[in-house]
Amino acid sequence: MTSTTPVRGATAWTAPPVQDATARPDGPVLEVRGLSVTFSTETGPLSAVDGVDLTLAPGEIVGIVGESGCGKSVTAMSLAGLLPRSARISGSVRLAGNEMVGASPAQLRAARGREIAYIFQEPMSSLNPVLTVGRQIGEVLQAHEGLSRRQARARAVELLALVGIPSPAQRVSNYPHQLSGGMRQRVMIAMAVACEPQVLVADEPTTALDVTVQAGILDVLRELRDRLGTSILVITHDLGVIADIADRVMVMYAGRVVERAGVDELFARPQHHYTAGLLSASPTPGRHAGTHRLQEIPGIVPVLASQPDACTFAQRCAAADNQCTSASPALAAPGDHPALPQDHQVACWHPRADLPRQRGEDDK
Amino acid sequence: MNEHTASAPVLELEDLVMHFGSVRAVDGVSLTIRKGQVMALVGESGSGKSTVGRCIVRLLEPTSGTVRLGGADVTHLSRGQMRAHRRDVSIVFQDPAGSLDPRMLVGEVVSEPLRLQSWRHSRRELQTRVGEGLNQVGLRPEVARRYPHELSGGQRQRVSIARALISDPTVLIADEPTSALDVSVQASVLNLLADLQRDIGFACLFITHDLSAVEYLADEISVMYLGQLVEQGSREKIFARPAHPYTQALLAAAPLADPPRQRSRTRVILGADIPSAMDPPTGCRFHTRCPLASQRCVAEVPPLLQITDGTVACHLVAPDGSGPDVRRTDKAGNHP
Repeated sequence: MTSTTPVRGATAWTAPPVQDATARPDGPVLEVRGLSVTFSTETGPLSAVDGVDLTLAPGEIVGIVGESGCGKSVTAMSLAGLLPRSARISGSVRLAGNEMVGASPAQLRAARGREIAYIFQEPMSSLNPVLTVGRQIGEVLQAHEGLSRRQARARAVELLALVGIPSPAQRVSNYPHQLSGGMRQRVMIAMAVACEPQVLVADEPTTALDVTVQAGILDVLRELRDRLGTSILVITHDLGVIADIADRVMVMYAGRVVERAGVDELFARPQHHYTAGLLSASPTPGRHAGTHRLQEIPGIVPVLASQPDACTFAQRCAAADNQCTSASPALAAPGDHPALPQDHQVACWHPRADLPRQRGEDDK
Repeated sequence: MNEHTASAPVLELEDLVMHFGSVRAVDGVSLTIRKGQVMALVGESGSGKSTVGRCIVRLLEPTSGTVRLGGADVTHLSRGQMRAHRRDVSIVFQDPAGSLDPRMLVGEVVSEPLRLQSWRHSRRELQTRVGEGLNQVGLRPEVARRYPHELSGGQRQRVSIARALISDPTVLIADEPTSALDVSVQASVLNLLADLQRDIGFACLFITHDLSAVEYLADEISVMYLGQLVEQGSREKIFARPAHPYTQALLAAAPLADPPRQRSRTRVILGADIPSAMDPPTGCRFHTRCPLASQRCVAEVPPLLQITDGTVACHLVAPDGSGPDVRRTDKAGNHP
């Protein structure tokens, strides 16, 4: 991308007054406390998310990693009220100072786009096939920023350039089917950042894309953070994506956050046995040198009707004992281990800090 | 590996071409797999890798070229004629939920290949074979009386593998067998396939988009781009000394689950997205995305040439295998 790509502030169109000038500089833009989500199903209540805490500072990229059913997407969707009515949400979600849990549809609608925006895994099903991409991006701007159709189109061209689409002035007239998968995802990102939200939620943004295309999309996200100061929440199952882009990481398992740390810290010294298992189960080039087996995590992810008063990973954990099956461990810094930084928190009765370091020794 | 090179090929593709109307999905692919060998066929979406797999099991009839199974030409056999060769080759698909009949019990799914082969089995014999088959993939025999929807994704993929192996095939085609599974389950299915392959000794064509998944499984790796092979070589060679810029880019693009190492790597961002197979680029098909492409690459099709330790189709690679590396070329990988 060239350095002359116009961004907000450098452009001719009139920017709306910045309403968040006081909220942005310090303090988190997003603060989630004790978020729980329960779905009522035919077979009774299903607990999808249980007591999640999360903060996102301005310009920070936080990753949530976990396998299918761990509650990572439900957590993300609950932030802006995107869940169906069957979801019961409790706890607190403060976005730019406003409480989102229990907010009216009008309040939620006002926050979407301006304060929080989403990109999802499958760009084709999120785009309208009968409208040009310019119209679709323009719609957002007309609705939220009150631009005229002509202004909106000009701004759409700038946004397409911002997300690295070549010849944006021509592409703006294309329909989604005329674009490749990577281009469509770039269009989705352009739509999401059209109103310069403070928080961008990227739910598996590269899962449907090829690796050589993925690298470009991750670069676009990083650049948005660097140039616009957008805070980004990346939801993924892919530890490689986390390693590439995140500043901090939360690991979720069966609806709960089991570990939280800075990205280097988490990969170097995973404390939860699930995190460690995930790391050694991921194929990493250069680690397997022909003879190694991948480490397996025995058993399957439990489906939780209600959150038990126990560690949800206990049945699959080699280190589990009676304590693990009779009481739920709280997310806390492992206080007995001064070697670990205070912001490294783990929900485990027997964190791995005492064990010798295993990962990394396999590296060639 | 080396001990296989002397043994007879169990699967040969010669200049395989598969066109769907104007879409040139596979455009001249030649491959040889020998007894007990594991060949990984790696490529991104639209590279034609799955179409190659479907031509081999004759779900598709190739437009031209030859498919030989155990020396027999099966390229244009009718359904009936093909039946005699069905037990030699099996396929495992990516999505076990879509490839298992939801109305059939697991036992029926697994025994179906045996029942379709004309020789008759007693019920008890079938039951025993199914039990053994399930046991082999780490499932209990009782699973035979369950329906696919009662199983987890990993268990379903184990059922697919049991079905594929029950006729003792000499070649197993595994088409992205772990891509739909969670990371921790992926590991157990990959381990299972590796163990079975070592114990039983079938040859395997492992089709995948993920190079890192085959590093400890494959003997040989073939890399496909837009319907053609661009590089082939032993696993050690491809990982240590990839010669084709596309192979190098693939290796560089997969992010490492190791933040400091990942941050310090040179980023290779390929120019555009993968072009359409309806209208593939002239010359080298990779030239529209290759950071090193020259005029010659636009004009001239590079032949697949033998180098010291493999084959590669690139104008920039010398016969001794030396050539540029996009991962070490300064600024070459930036946006156009």
